[in-house]
Amino acid sequence: MKRFHFPTMTLVGVVTGIGIALWLSGCKPRQAKEAIEGNAAQKVYVAPGNYDKLYMFASGGFNGQVSVYGLPSGRLFKIIPVFSQSPEDAYGYSEETKPMLMTSHGFVPWGDAHHAELSQTDGQLDGRWLFINENNTPRVARIGLKTFKTEEIIEIPNSAGDHASPFTTPNSEYVVAATRFSIPLGANKDVPINTYKQNFKGTISFIKVDKNTGRMSIAFQLLVPGVDYDLSHAGKGPSDGWMFFSCYNTEEAHTLLEVNASQKDKDFILALNWKKLEQYVASGKAKEAAANYAHNVYNDETHTATSEILHSVKMMDLKDLPDAAYFIPCPKSPHGVDVDPTGAYFCAGGKLAAVIPVYSFKKLQQAIASKQFEGNFEDIPVLKYEAVLAGEVQKPGLGPLHTEFDDKGNAYTTMFISSEIVKWKVSTQQVLDRIPVYYSPGHLMIPGGDTRKPYGQYVIALNKITKDRYLPTGPELCQSAQLIDITGDKMKMLLDFPTVGEPHYAQAIPASLVTANQVRFYKLTDNKNPYVTRTEKEAKVVRTGKAVHVYMTAIRSHFVPDNIEGVEMGDTVFFHVTNVEQDWDVPHGFAVIGNKNAELLVMPGETSTLRWVPEATGVYPFYCTDFCSALHQEMQGYIRVSRPGEHVPIAYSTGQNDNATIAQNDHK
Amino acid sequence: MKPLTRWVVLASVIVMAGALVFPLWKITLDAPQYPEGLEMQISSTGVSGNVEQINDLNHYIGMKKITNDEFPEFSMLPYFISGLMLLGLAVYYLNSRSMLYIWIAVIIILGTVGMIDFYQWEYLYGHQLDPTAAIKVPGMAYQPPMIGYKQLLNFLAGAFPGIGGYCIIIPGMSLLAVGMYEFFSHHKFHFPVRVKRHHHALAH
Repeated sequence: MKRFHFPTMTLVGVVTGIGIALWLSGCKPRQAKEAIEGNAAQKVYVAPGNYDKLYMFASGGFNGQVSVYGLPSGRLFKIIPVFSQSPEDAYGYSEETKPMLMTSHGFVPWGDAHHAELSQTDGQLDGRWLFINENNTPRVARIGLKTFKTEEIIEIPNSAGDHASPFTTPNSEYVVAATRFSIPLGANKDVPINTYKQNFKGTISFIKVDKNTGRMSIAFQLLVPGVDYDLSHAGKGPSDGWMFFSCYNTEEAHTLLEVNASQKDKDFILALNWKKLEQYVASGKAKEAAANYAHNVYNDETHTATSEILHSVKMMDLKDLPDAAYFIPCPKSPHGVDVDPTGAYFCAGGKLAAVIPVYSFKKLQQAIASKQFEGNFEDIPVLKYEAVLAGEVQKPGLGPLHTEFDDKGNAYTTMFISSEIVKWKVSTQQVLDRIPVYYSPGHLMIPGGDTRKPYGQYVIALNKITKDRYLPTGPELCQSAQLIDITGDKMKMLLDFPTVGEPHYAQAIPASLVTANQVRFYKLTDNKNPYVTRTEKEAKVVRTGKAVHVYMTAIRSHFVPDNIEGVEMGDTVFFHVTNVEQDWDVPHGFAVIGNKNAELLVMPGETSTLRWVPEATGVYPFYCTDFCSALHQEMQGYIRVSRPGEHVPIAYSTGQNDNATIAQNDHK
Repeated sequence: MKPLTRWVVLASVIVMAGALVFPLWKITLDAPQYPEGLEMQISSTGVSGNVEQINDLNHYIGMKKITNDEFPEFSMLPYFISGLMLLGLAVYYLNSRSMLYIWIAVIIILGTVGMIDFYQWEYLYGHQLDPTAAIKVPGMAYQPPMIGYKQLLNFLAGAFPGIGGYCIIIPGMSLLAVGMYEFFSHHKFHFPVRVKRHHHALAH
């Protein structure tokens, strides 16, 4: 036998080393990969000139607005200003719309929009209104879907962080508003923060929605235990009359909540019997409590908003209302609480939980009837978890947040941490399918997915992180929506598109429910704005002390008047611009140099007012900012500002080239 | 020692210098939200790479912060490696076979101790979790692998030698090879004979 041979040994050593290195780098387990099928493009392609099937209304999150997209194309049509000023159309800048952003704190130019909620009739989308809440300065807005304008904003008193809002009952009898941040609500609000457990309370407001006008009013408020109320959904069908709220921070922590509010293995779902609450209100149980909150209403005939401060709400302490409220234990720090289309089941996404609990409404009723309580929390009975539970979805993924439903008995839940959507069967709680989404979805949405009649064709993931998904845009990247086909057994990724702001939640509605009622322009004859100028003949400039009111018309392609004199330093000028067009899609803009406000964007038949304070004498141009016609560039004018005491008379004209008065004054 | 062995010894000393400069080991983390991946390099003098991001993520599960101060090894490792290199130079200059055997034994012992030390740190970090952490998954520990891949919640954790690690592993293996070569050629050992003796021993 041959001796061991040196070169052989070296070779063995080196080869083994290289082999190990290759093995280490080559054995990476395969991760779920995005699979796009060949016909995905066909399924989302909306040919030029064709309409999308659905409107999607997405909250803009920190931009305070609502974005309107078409589905399945993902095309962005409009951003509806709601809680934040919008200089492009003067929302919150024009004299008419400033009152929309009034609050008990005064004028608040920004808001944090969260959950878009479409109005419902008989548990189905009716295409009348869109509600949306503002988390920071608690408010709920109503947008009219005839005009896509914010028609009303009501502030929520005795609240901080309006997060569990504005979820609607099946006939939009109410939209709700529950506090995310509990706060001291006693007579003395100046208390040490560490007295949280004694002094801090939450509130849940039931906002009545007038079924004809949509007009909102706070029907009653409930004083509730001082935990964080996160999300909500109304019962329907058999569970109609109930409202469910997810509660976290049942630890009642006031600092480092990421740790201190994550200690208990179970938090709660609060089940409220709102029909019972109505009875309590009717029987006089509610006390008028002092409050301070703004109610702002936009009038479509005057094109003007009014703001009113209200001073009282009907208040009831939940612990004094037997049989109206129960806590249901829920695995760790629930985010969404969602009711299935039949109304028989509801589930919750415990963001730190290992399972998704599915509760049965029938078992809830039985548990209440047979008093299966495990104790009380802040004087509200706590039901036994198992007594209400229908079953748990095992190993759904990591970080379950929100669930919506299709029309075939399936549920779809977002997994924030494992970045996927998981499909499971409501009746058996079996996981059926999962699909990766890019990345970290918050809410998801199925058109009509929280109603009795989901449309069941798509699920849309609303992702928080996009990282490498699009061309980079510096440190701040967009968020995204991903459209997934759910018509088959397997979910299929069709499209992703960037979104504006941070769409916490979105809802979608078949376009036909909205398009039929669209307002194309405002009728001039119906315009009841006090500063309306219906015809060019009525155009005028009126001095009232130090205020100069310009009653101006805009039509293709001129303003009347377009030469204005007689304004003096120290005056405040109000341009009341009426767009006297009576046709579709002919807005006119109005901007004046150096204005520290915004521009106006005036729709046909509408009157809008810009306030301008000149800062130096001279002649200032103004012009139309919306390319309205072939002669748009000619749509301009001048306003002259003179020294006080020069006695330049008020003069105004359009198309008069003989400026004798002007010359006279200049050569005086 | 054969001339070739001496050259391998010298080359090994030179290559080992790389262990002072390059990362000995690296730990990678991949998750859906981290398509770019996170990587921590462990060098003889400390940790580097995405350590801050990893620490930020680890706070959810209550893992201790990874900082150089936690590991006394980083003040010792450069001396151990330098010591190994000096020993190698001594082997080269003295041209002593028995010194070569000692050197190889020291490398193997230090390597093994190093890996055990690495394992116990991984165990400690993976198991000593803050009981108040936000994310607590029953029965879940977060000990990363020593070598290869392991799924830890949404993260796929991987561990491999770095260039510096290979600067020890490859010389170590080469030296083992030449050591065996020297041993067998000196003792005129025959592989089949050893097997036979083995059988013989078993028979008794």
